[in-house]
Amino acid sequence: MNKESNNYTIIYAAVMVIIVAIGLAFTSQVLKERQAKNEAVDKMRQILRAANIESTADDADKKYDAFIVADYAIDKNGEKVSDNGFVVEMVEELRKTPENRKYPVFEALIDGESYYILALRGAGLWGPIWGYIALKDDKNMVYGADFSHQGETPGLGAEITTAAFSKQFENKRIAIDNVFKSIAIVKKGKKVDNQDFVDGISGGTITSQGVNDMLFNSLKGYEAFLNKKSKL
Amino acid sequence: MDAKRKKIVLDPIFKNNPVIVQMLGVCSALAVTSKLEPSIVLGISVIVVLTFANFIISLIRNTIPSRIRIIVQLVIVAALVTIVSEVLKAYAYEVNKQLSVFVGLIITNCIIMGRLEAFALANKPIDSILDGVGNGTGYALILVAVGFVRELFGSGTLLGFQVIPQFLYDLGYENNGMMILPPMALITVATLIWIHRSKDKSLQEN
Repeated sequence: MNKESNNYTIIYAAVMVIIVAIGLAFTSQVLKERQAKNEAVDKMRQILRAANIESTADDADKKYDAFIVADYAIDKNGEKVSDNGFVVEMVEELRKTPENRKYPVFEALIDGESYYILALRGAGLWGPIWGYIALKDDKNMVYGADFSHQGETPGLGAEITTAAFSKQFENKRIAIDNVFKSIAIVKKGKKVDNQDFVDGISGGTITSQGVNDMLFNSLKGYEAFLNKKSKL
Repeated sequence: MDAKRKKIVLDPIFKNNPVIVQMLGVCSALAVTSKLEPSIVLGISVIVVLTFANFIISLIRNTIPSRIRIIVQLVIVAALVTIVSEVLKAYAYEVNKQLSVFVGLIITNCIIMGRLEAFALANKPIDSILDGVGNGTGYALILVAVGFVRELFGSGTLLGFQVIPQFLYDLGYENNGMMILPPMALITVATLIWIHRSKDKSLQEN
């Protein structure tokens, strides 16, 4: 057989691609369930970390069931629109117009104190960044926060995932005198008037700026909900 | 193991190292090595991909039409990398998150295409496997060495654990912030090359 003929080349390429495609489809199908579970567990761990609860991949779902007492979704006006907040993906919601967006809320009950955990999503330097922020009962004072990213530079922007960064948010206020302000990320040593602020990551200026914008934009959507001081 | 096969495995680890002698795969050696853990995982991933790619290409080497051989190699490598990435997602989710885009970028690693072109297309499967293991290990070693130096001096930690004692910091010691930036990776690799060449006279050019 002539290996250099056009027919041989075309058939060779076609057969190879089909075999590879079948192989990949099979791998993806086999691993799908495990991956979906990993993603759900990872999300639970992030939500728990925002409420200052450390968990491992093994005990995350138990701890989640124990501490997160309710999850639901609200709309722009702060009204409850769905009883399942866990399935709401901010990435999809942000593509909709603000009127149609749903915002997930997770209520945690830890040692008798209740906390509200809200979802954040924005853009870093190389890709999306997201996180969760836990507010105390007054829906204003921050209890804890946790940030994640897809592809920020290791050692620089990626440092937003460290506790050293997220711990700074504790006891900062979202609103001052009932006016929504968000929390600013500033260069170390700088200050902002009339707003609570934390230090950014040195060498990760654009990622820090991204966190700053993400906090403002995401929390803005919760503004009506945060202003309602009664329970939903 | 006979002498020839031994040479196939050991040569690329020391004497003919793909990174510091052939200057292949330097880009990823700079990108992921600011911490030790991703360096190790990427090193292992490259060993796996390179070994299997070498093996598969070598098995089918007599059937590949030479006009599309690069495409065939790319498809095989891309498929293997996708599988590695999916497996990491299922079984090592945390590490996969850390490596993010770099797993996908194994496809563009020059070492892999280089070995397929230069070795697997012309040699038997067993030899090709050994060649893959040797070159992958040579690459991984450099990654680990650079990751070690950069994490130690850049962050004062190794695998996330603090190793530089606190009292040194109290005395005024500071982490070298330059170490976690890409330029210092280049300088670290260059230093390794310098040490390597000064030990091995046959590599020195006049």
